[in-house]
Amino acid sequence: MKDWPLWEVFIRSKQGLSHKHVGSLHAADAQMALENARDVYTRRNEGISIWVVESAHIHASTEDTEAFFDPANDKIYRHPTFYDLPDAVKHM
Amino acid sequence: MHFQYLLQLGDNALILSQRLGEWCGHGPVLEQDIAMTNIALDLLGQARMLLTHAGELEGKGRSEDTLAYFRDAHQFHNALLVEYPNTDWAYTIARQFFFDAFAFHNYQALLQSRDERLAAIAEKSLKETTYHLRYSSEWMVRLGDGTETSHQKMQAAVDALWMFTGELTTPSEADRLMAEAGIAPDLSKIKPLWEAKVNAILEEATLTKPDNNWMQSGGKEGRHTEYLGYMLAEMQHLQRTYPGNEW
Repeated sequence: MKDWPLWEVFIRSKQGLSHKHVGSLHAADAQMALENARDVYTRRNEGISIWVVESAHIHASTEDTEAFFDPANDKIYRHPTFYDLPDAVKHM
Repeated sequence: MHFQYLLQLGDNALILSQRLGEWCGHGPVLEQDIAMTNIALDLLGQARMLLTHAGELEGKGRSEDTLAYFRDAHQFHNALLVEYPNTDWAYTIARQFFFDAFAFHNYQALLQSRDERLAAIAEKSLKETTYHLRYSSEWMVRLGDGTETSHQKMQAAVDALWMFTGELTTPSEADRLMAEAGIAPDLSKIKPLWEAKVNAILEEATLTKPDNNWMQSGGKEGRHTEYLGYMLAEMQHLQRTYPGNEW
C-alpha cells in the first residue's frame, strides 16, 4: 500500500458550477480513488460529482512568477469591472 | 417476539458497528480507516432507530442506551458472524460482505413490513446498506482477484467465517413468528438471493466457495461466542461504571 499513487480530488458541490480541488489521497487505481474520495471528502453531503486525477499527471507552472504573470498587471481593461455591464448579463 | 425480532436487527447493526469502530485509528491506510468509520456510523444510526423502536414497543421504559449498555451477552440477539473479531483486513471485508449481502435483501423485503415504523427504518437503512454492499463486494474482488498473497488471505477469511453465515438466513423462532405476522420477511426467500449474490462475487473474486455446510447457530437465541463478552466489556464499561453519564 506504500506504493499506491497519490490522486488529486475535485468535487462539484450541489450549487457549484464547476469542480473544485478539495485535497488528495492515496489509492491503487481510479475506482478506488473515487470510492476513497467519496468517504474522505463527501461525508457531509458536499458533492454531486467527483473527479480524480493522478497527481503525477498534473503539470504545474514553474516559471518565475514575475515574468510569467506580471505582464497582466497593468492591463486593467481586461477586468470585467472595467466596463459597464447591461443588467441583462448574468453570471459575470 | 416482535421485541426480540427488533433486537435481532438492532443488535446486528450495533455489534458490527462496534467491531468496525475498532478500526478507528488503526486502518491499513487513512482512506480505509475513514471508510470503516463511515460504515460503522451508518450501522450505529440503524441500531439507534431499531433499538429505540424495540424499547418503545416493549413499553418498559428502556431506551436505546439502556438496551445497548445494560444487557449482558446472553440477552443480545445478533448473529454470531457480526461479533467475530476483526482479525485482519480480509476477515473484516469477508464478514462485512456476507453481512451486507444479507442486510441488503432483508431490508429490501422489510419495506413491505406490516410494522410501518420498521418499514420506514428499512427504507432509510437500505440506501446506506446498498453502498456498504458495493464497497465490500468491490474489496472482495480486489483482494480475491489481486496478488497471490491477497488471494490467500481472502480465501482464508472466507473459509474461516463460512460456518457463521448459515445463521443469517436460518429462521429463529422470532423470525418464523414475525414472518407469519407479515412483520418480517420469509427467510427461505432471502436465502437464495443471498446465495446468488455470494456465488457471483466469489466467482468474480476467483475465490472458492467452501464445501463445508455445517453451520454454527445460536446467536439469535442469545448463545454467543466467547468474543462477545469481551467486546461488551469494552463497549459497556463506561456506562456500567458511571450509569447515565454523558459527555
